[in-house]
Amino acid sequence: MFLEALQKVLADHVDSAAIRAIEGGDSGAAIWQPIEEAGFLALMQPESFGGAALALPELFPILECLGRHVLPLPVAQTIVARALVGPQAELPGGMVTLATHWQSLADGGGVAVHVPAGHLAVHVLVADGERLLLLAATHARREPVGDPRSQVVHLRWANPDPVLELPTGGRQLPAFAAAMTAAQLSGGLQRCFDMALEHCNTRVQFGKSIGKFQALQQQLSTMAEHVLAASIAAEAAFRCEAAAPDWLAAAVAKSRASEAVGLVAATAHAVHGAIGMTDEFDLALVTRRLHAWRMQHGAEGYWNREIGRAVLASGKTVFECMRAI
Amino acid sequence: MSSLLSQLRLATLPAHAQALRAEVKAFLAEALEPAPPHVRARSWMGFDAAFSRKLAARGWVGVTLPKPYGGADLDAFSRYVLVEELLAVGAPVSAHWIADRQSGPLIVKFGSDVQKAFFLPRICRGEIFFCIGMSEPNAGSDLASVATRARPNDAGWLLNGQKIWTTNAHHCQYMIALVRSSGDKEDRQRGLSQFIIDLSLPGVTVRPIRDLSGDAHFSEVFFDNVQLGPDALVGTEGSGWQQVNAELAFERSGPERIYSSIVLLESWIALLRDSPDGDLHAGDIGRLACHLATLRNMSITVTARLAAGESPVVEAALIKDLGTSFEQEIAQVIESTMGIGNDNPREAELLRTLAYVSQLAPSYSLRGGTREILRGMIARGLGLR
Repeated sequence: MFLEALQKVLADHVDSAAIRAIEGGDSGAAIWQPIEEAGFLALMQPESFGGAALALPELFPILECLGRHVLPLPVAQTIVARALVGPQAELPGGMVTLATHWQSLADGGGVAVHVPAGHLAVHVLVADGERLLLLAATHARREPVGDPRSQVVHLRWANPDPVLELPTGGRQLPAFAAAMTAAQLSGGLQRCFDMALEHCNTRVQFGKSIGKFQALQQQLSTMAEHVLAASIAAEAAFRCEAAAPDWLAAAVAKSRASEAVGLVAATAHAVHGAIGMTDEFDLALVTRRLHAWRMQHGAEGYWNREIGRAVLASGKTVFECMRAI
Repeated sequence: MSSLLSQLRLATLPAHAQALRAEVKAFLAEALEPAPPHVRARSWMGFDAAFSRKLAARGWVGVTLPKPYGGADLDAFSRYVLVEELLAVGAPVSAHWIADRQSGPLIVKFGSDVQKAFFLPRICRGEIFFCIGMSEPNAGSDLASVATRARPNDAGWLLNGQKIWTTNAHHCQYMIALVRSSGDKEDRQRGLSQFIIDLSLPGVTVRPIRDLSGDAHFSEVFFDNVQLGPDALVGTEGSGWQQVNAELAFERSGPERIYSSIVLLESWIALLRDSPDGDLHAGDIGRLACHLATLRNMSITVTARLAAGESPVVEAALIKDLGTSFEQEIAQVIESTMGIGNDNPREAELLRTLAYVSQLAPSYSLRGGTREILRGMIARGLGLR
């Protein structure tokens, strides 16, 4: 029900021109407003706050759908932020994003690094040990990192003055943010695959569609395998009765989906040839986002190390550890 | 989204299947003789008739077969749990493996009442073992060009020809073979049939072939005027190709396409856990663990489709390709960390296990359909062919 409604809103408002405009500095308000008004941001909020109190398994297709549209607005983050805060408090309206790592500085300042959509968000929900802090991103100095179109910034506050301080939820934030990104990747990778498949079926060389060549068929098959692996891993992180994803399942989801980006994005570009290298063609909108999401809240290198350490520390076989997911 | 991908949504093992896990573990703790990792690494290539009979006595051979024939009548999910627990510890399951996974279910589906009454109880008791006769010297990936021929005669069928790369043929009493029974080479898939061949019949010669590790897990089998009875035919004459294809999803999506190198992986992790170098390899361990968890969920997802009576052949091909790549990568990753070690006897045992797995690993993406053939099938499923 929610999924169909969201698909309709996104189909009506999100197109390549809108994405390019946001990447170029537009506020995205024309897309944000209908999403907020339709109540999608409150999907995970308790019913006492007027939310839909959606269960985690039902959230997965919503996030996947947002990923498929490679929307560079913090819709997913705002939904997850409200879920993390839960019944503890009600967040102010507007765009909220997530920050996994918080550093308090000796001079009283504070830094949140690699904040996705930090360029646009009004607030950022930060994990500080057990605590959750809600800070006004508008009061921070925003330093773009990487491609400015990716909207990732470091946020620096001279005098961080949390709008909200909550005693719990901080431990759940990194895993939830990772699982959220894995779900977005699942949608984005599927979109990328669809574009490659479509191109293989329509582009004609040597008198036939290039998808008729075995070399490309083998590449597309491999791509499909990795897209499916990423999707299944991502969905598994949401197969959970708890309010937030399990740490290990989220770690696996993010690692597997992030790893798929390398092969899937590269193959999509290889298949498309020169046209895929242009600014005008939409493939770059997808692959740019995939690479940003691969790193968002930790790329596979980080999560693999953490999973490996957990397996070593468990004293159990890797089979026993992993069949719990 | 391609319909192939969008149809495969995550499935979960139901509670009744999970409940079986503790029983299997308890059984294994008692019934499985201790063996070093390099022996356990053989797993579903490890032939041990005595172990298979112990398992049969417990009721776990022919697990999906109907109870009247001595089967356990368990569903695909329960078999999944049983099989993954067996493979996870490297139990030698090779003797009964083919009959449990394929031959038994094939006879249930296509066999006559007489065939069912004769073969199924014996399979479930672990008295008879089966092999599958598919490849021939000139029919590898191009299976439809099999030339072994069964000609009808007054006594039934007269069989002539040759099979090769038949796993365990030298240990088994019966083979289910795909052979030509009518038509000609040009008819390709049409005119092929499946026969149950008693390997003790006159005219059958089985010659084991030594593999590159020094084992002899496969054989060549010659048929020289072998007289088969009329009841040797399974299912319908000329429908062998369709019958074989119905088995493929079972053959390709199971835990055996994920766990072939698991004993090696567990041995490596156990060694690193006690070593100061463990953390250096945490990233590699984590990556392999992550792939294991994901492949397992993919495999369970296809099992759910099988349990629902579907035949997700393309999805199974996809999982087999990815799963066997993972199994092969385990040996590659571990080998890439070796060579500057110490004289730790546990490391020596690990190296022996590695040597076996690393040599056998290329076969993972050959047996049951080569990687290149599977990718062609996936491409067809994607609508590219």
